[in-house]
Amino acid sequence: MASLQSLDVRQRSASTAQPPSVRRDLEIAKLIDVSKCIGCKACQSACMAWNDIRPPVGINRGVYDNPNDLGPETWTVMRFAEHEENGKLEWLIRKDGCMHCTDPGCLKACPAPGAIVQYANGIVDFVQENCIGCGYCVKGCPFNIPRISKADNRAYKCTLCSDRVAVGQSPACAKCCPTGAIVFGSKASMVDHAQGRIADLKSRGYAKAGLYDPPGVGGTHVMYVLHHADRPGLYANLANNPVISAAVSLWKGTLKPLSMIGMGAAIVVGLLHFVTRGPNEVTEADEENARKLKGRNAA
Amino acid sequence: MTNGWTDIKNADVVLIMGGNAAEAHTCGFKWVTEAKANNGAKLIVVDPRFTRSAAVADLYMPLRPGTDIAFLGGVINYILSNDKIFREYVAAFTNAAFIVKEGFGFEDGLFTGYNAEKRDYDRATWDYEFDEAGMAKIDPTLANPRCVLNLLKAHYARYTPEMVERTCGTPKADFLKACELIASTGNPNKTLTSLYALGWTQHSKGSQNIRNMAIIQLLLGNMGMPGGGINALRGHSNVQGITDFGLFSNSVPGYLVMPRTAEPTLDEYLKTRAFKPIRPDQMSFLQNYRKFFVSFLKAMYGAKATPDNQFGYDWLPKVDVNLDTLRQFEMMFQGRMNGFICQGFNPLMSVPNRKKLIAGLSKLKFLVVMDPLHTETAHFFENHGEMNDADPAKIATEVFLLPTNCFAEEEGTFTNSGRVIQWHWKAAEPPGEARTDIAIMADLFLRMKALYAKDGGAYPDPIMNIAWSYRNPAKPTADELLREINGSALADLPDPTDPAKPPIRKAGELVDIFAQLRDDGTTSCANWIYSGCYTERGNMTARRDPSDPSGKGIHGNWGYSWPANRRILYNRASADPSGKAWSAKKKVIEWTGSRWAGIDVPDYGPLIDPGKNTGPFIMNPEGVARLFTRGLMREGPFPEHYEPFESPVANPFHPKVQSNPVARVFKGDLEVFGKAEDYPYAATTYRLVEHIHFWSKHARMNAVLQPELFVEIGEGLAKEKGIQNGDWVEVWSNRARIKAKAVVTKRIRTLTCDGKPVHIVGIPIHWGFTGAAKKGYGANQLTPYVGDANTETPEYKAFLVNIKRIGPAV
Repeated sequence: MASLQSLDVRQRSASTAQPPSVRRDLEIAKLIDVSKCIGCKACQSACMAWNDIRPPVGINRGVYDNPNDLGPETWTVMRFAEHEENGKLEWLIRKDGCMHCTDPGCLKACPAPGAIVQYANGIVDFVQENCIGCGYCVKGCPFNIPRISKADNRAYKCTLCSDRVAVGQSPACAKCCPTGAIVFGSKASMVDHAQGRIADLKSRGYAKAGLYDPPGVGGTHVMYVLHHADRPGLYANLANNPVISAAVSLWKGTLKPLSMIGMGAAIVVGLLHFVTRGPNEVTEADEENARKLKGRNAA
Repeated sequence: MTNGWTDIKNADVVLIMGGNAAEAHTCGFKWVTEAKANNGAKLIVVDPRFTRSAAVADLYMPLRPGTDIAFLGGVINYILSNDKIFREYVAAFTNAAFIVKEGFGFEDGLFTGYNAEKRDYDRATWDYEFDEAGMAKIDPTLANPRCVLNLLKAHYARYTPEMVERTCGTPKADFLKACELIASTGNPNKTLTSLYALGWTQHSKGSQNIRNMAIIQLLLGNMGMPGGGINALRGHSNVQGITDFGLFSNSVPGYLVMPRTAEPTLDEYLKTRAFKPIRPDQMSFLQNYRKFFVSFLKAMYGAKATPDNQFGYDWLPKVDVNLDTLRQFEMMFQGRMNGFICQGFNPLMSVPNRKKLIAGLSKLKFLVVMDPLHTETAHFFENHGEMNDADPAKIATEVFLLPTNCFAEEEGTFTNSGRVIQWHWKAAEPPGEARTDIAIMADLFLRMKALYAKDGGAYPDPIMNIAWSYRNPAKPTADELLREINGSALADLPDPTDPAKPPIRKAGELVDIFAQLRDDGTTSCANWIYSGCYTERGNMTARRDPSDPSGKGIHGNWGYSWPANRRILYNRASADPSGKAWSAKKKVIEWTGSRWAGIDVPDYGPLIDPGKNTGPFIMNPEGVARLFTRGLMREGPFPEHYEPFESPVANPFHPKVQSNPVARVFKGDLEVFGKAEDYPYAATTYRLVEHIHFWSKHARMNAVLQPELFVEIGEGLAKEKGIQNGDWVEVWSNRARIKAKAVVTKRIRTLTCDGKPVHIVGIPIHWGFTGAAKKGYGANQLTPYVGDANTETPEYKAFLVNIKRIGPAV
């Protein structure tokens, strides 16, 4: 179930119905000031605690990044990058997670009606009860964020605490950040706040400090203040200029009428097949194959 | 902390050295970010590793573990030789002009009076010259070469930037940049705050690291000022409280001292604690020592303490040998201890040289562990292979595990690093059979008392005479205890200004403040410095008014800050000798013409006229702060660089005196110090933000965030040893071997010290053989058994290891 009311929905995956239009919601944003982040992982703890998710206890892989990656039970991770420039070492620590794009590639790619919604406040939310686990959202995301659970075959990612935001609270990560590196508010006020931080960074010698709000996805509702805004890639491969992949745009944009015709044709062909050849029967061999496949997955 | 957490935001320069505030004090670190964001502050981080604090620093530089005094001595030399001192402040508020006795000197690494056999000094020459009236002689012109400031200058002249680089491995250019920033606060308008923690204390000369910084802060005039001070960031939420209450065997609550055998009577004991002023017109506040001590005895023994029996002085233990943790385990190891009650402590993980600890615990008849968790200590007899190489079949120690509640399951107080005592309320019931520590201790006491009553004994008096007047003797409440700590009047207390007036407190009433305590047995107070925390107006520690009327971080109605609800200690020094604030920006209190007033409680007699020349450092009989500490520190009146007991280089300052000449080394421990030939790498141990000590590994969430033991090495050492990121490595010292994952990082640099490359191995401390995280070795298996000469805090921060690759990743 979605956390916000249907009144708040702006876009819905694989749906053509006109979204409700009477409510005017303020666009919100979370601003992550990488230059103030100490990598304490309080945001990761808060995310686990608020959402009641616990990934397995992992191992050390020679880095501070734990869990090592995003996962169905890990909706945010700190990514630590060591960067040396002019003999000066910088430890760039970026909180990674869903960027809540204005033009969300996941939603665009999703074929399951209502599995992904975008609220008028900008939050992009997954509605797991409608998810079919096809993984198109993973392909559609220019930031490599969604993860499919092996346990229930559904996609998961940061909700920007849509349940908290719905009742006027800030996301759990922003609430607990000890240094104020994560702040939350209206998108306009966050852009404004960022300007102050950028001025401070410039006064401390970071000439290229700036705001990361990439236009390729229509801007985002999670933004970064970067010391080196000219090189987002330094921050554990943050996308320099993220765009929705051409295939998704083509398939869900220009070619959408064609795809609808294709789907219609498939239904017609299927019906014909049923009428002419009868229903598909499961053979013994099919069952055996399925058992083998299942065993392999379990291993 | 001389100042408080919220005061950090007033700093212009923040120096994090001997600590890693962002990592170990994450929540308090927010005030550093406030200082940076709203006060334009610059952050300097000096640490062997590029830490999480360094990640947001304006200036970072490395130093070799255990060379802080060389670095700080270099800063002192820079400040003095470039004339960066806050001249008026130093002249008025420090002992710069005091004349030191003829005969005091320093040569080849030793001060005068050293006795090599005793490993101790005769400190007779480490003092001022006194006149016939017992007043210290001063020369305000500073012309006398024996003035403290001149001796200080001479002592640190050897600490040149070149020597700093040679000793610490800190590049000279970086060091000078730090000096410049630090020295920029030597004026009325700017302050520097020093934030340190165990990175300074856990050395064989830890206390002197801090002394050295104190000298810098005095030379720059940063004591008593907002955004200044010497700020110890404490490692547990209530370790400040535990220190205030006399954690050490030789302490009495409130930093009073446990008597010794040589002090058989109360008067004898108090004779050496008269604290008479040694300069005219000084407060020398500890002249009140007798009032505080007698009130403490009244709290201990109640009506049984009378003037006739010296208020029960005989019932206090007379402690001639300090029973610090290292000595306790040494005694255990020698089979000289039968039982050990281990309350809120996990020594198997936190005392050095685990092999020796297991051997010691195995010789006990019984061990009692009071803890909410299954600590490693409670399971010391289990065999976990090399991680805990014990043989249960050969261990006869009987172990009792008494489950206690955790902090959220009881009410009581925490005292934070900034001395703010905060009441907390119970949030949940303790599970199962868990009881509060208070209830367990009360039960133990009542059973012992009953046994003494029934069977008698050699000397039952100290137990039988303890005052125990709680509503439910088996369960004293935190509220009752806090009242007892605050103290009360046992008889009507006449007004000292006019006995004809009504008494200032009636019998049975709580006192308002320690100034009301008496030395005649008419008041009782368990800890004088906390007096004021619970008065007839209520529980002051439970106050939760966050307002900060001045905007300077003085939240005067939030909790209660000892002493006297004062937030910035020595705040009289924020005003010049005439009583006017040194600068409008840094104003705390000023002389209004009739009294001292301002945004904080004056740390001074509120009515003392500035014309009287009474110094701001009222606890010292000099009235001023000490650049020269007389005989108070065992190593000498000025800090000197000594190498760690295990060091990769010879002491560049004086190779003949390599390490702290007065640090205590037990027989047998000396033999297992490693040599640089066998153990070429400088190791250090530390905490990570994802965990707190050995507790949080019991919590799944923390285990997820940092699951497994690792060691950190630089790229240079990794290349030499063929170690890849995530490989399994073995690290060994002359005491044990541990296995861990390798984190290869640019954040640890190979330093050049005394012409040689020095690689550093970093070892976090959080893993053990109980809990939710992956099982792991303890860093304390490797560390040497030697402590600071003044406090016996073990040298966890600097020792020697070797390392090799033993297997591939995963």
